[in-house]
Amino acid sequence: MHEMSLVASLLDIARQEMRSRSAAKILRLRVRYGALANIVPDAFLLAFEIMTRDQDLAGARLDLVEEPLLLACGGCGREFSPAPLPTALFASCPLCGEEIGHRILAGKGLFLDRLELA
Amino acid sequence: MEIPVVRNLLEANDILARRLKERFAAGQILALNLISSPGAGKTALLERTLTDLREEFTMAVIEGDLQTDNDARRVAATGARVVQINTGGGCHLDGAMILEALNTLALDRVDILFIENVGNLVCPVEFDCGEDHKIALLSVPEGDDKPEKYPLLFHLAALLLVNKTDLLPYVEFSLDRAARLAKQLNAALPVLPLSCKTGEGLNAWYDWLRAAREAKRAT
Repeated sequence: MHEMSLVASLLDIARQEMRSRSAAKILRLRVRYGALANIVPDAFLLAFEIMTRDQDLAGARLDLVEEPLLLACGGCGREFSPAPLPTALFASCPLCGEEIGHRILAGKGLFLDRLELA
Repeated sequence: MEIPVVRNLLEANDILARRLKERFAAGQILALNLISSPGAGKTALLERTLTDLREEFTMAVIEGDLQTDNDARRVAATGARVVQINTGGGCHLDGAMILEALNTLALDRVDILFIENVGNLVCPVEFDCGEDHKIALLSVPEGDDKPEKYPLLFHLAALLLVNKTDLLPYVEFSLDRAARLAKQLNAALPVLPLSCKTGEGLNAWYDWLRAAREAKRAT
């Protein structure tokens, strides 16, 4: 729902990186989003397309990669990635079966993690 | 030329949130970010709290809404300091809006600052407003499966309030189920059922506030 504001900060960061590396153009960007980051990829891509049209970043390509959820079991601490269901946070631990109190190790961040410059 | 970078897209907001935290820490102000669906009773909860604890604490409120200052007027009627933010369609409050609100909201001698977020269980969770705690407010007509549907809020919240318990006889809502689902996400989450209409359960909420305020003063 807030994809426009996230794309605005993505573009700010990308332009900073471009300037600090004295590049002329950004060809490609990769954004890694957590399975829990509440991102709608189509809305994110659409916002990116609209906000870069006729701008210095026109033609830059955006790749979105989902970062799977990684949990540490609330019972035994075993790390596991549950199937990507809405109820993934309640998944039973493959080792001990515990369903309660899992800690989220990965899967809620939102990062620009790769840039291709020219 | 391909370069690996790791830049958090929310970094601008996180920087502002840190600045807010410093400001709240300097004034020993307990800042609480109140998050719920529209109509769950955030403003009603504040009206009761600001009235009942008026003699005990100095309290201030930042009201977030898409449009209107209806809620700010309700809160101001209790005598509390209040500032309204209209997001003009934006689905959440963020650090920049809170900093701007603080330009017109005097925080001297304030013990507790309530941030009443835009009614929405998704977006407000992503944007740190510098608060000490997020408080999730659920109301019984919404259904008891909200923690399953919006897990991140319940995972990050420090307290779950379940409002409108006076309607329990009329709606399909199991307090046990809501509490169990929420605790699956956050084992230490306290769950307090209450009714802003009848006043039932409010004392436990006030005790939670007193303890959180005391903990903030001690830091």
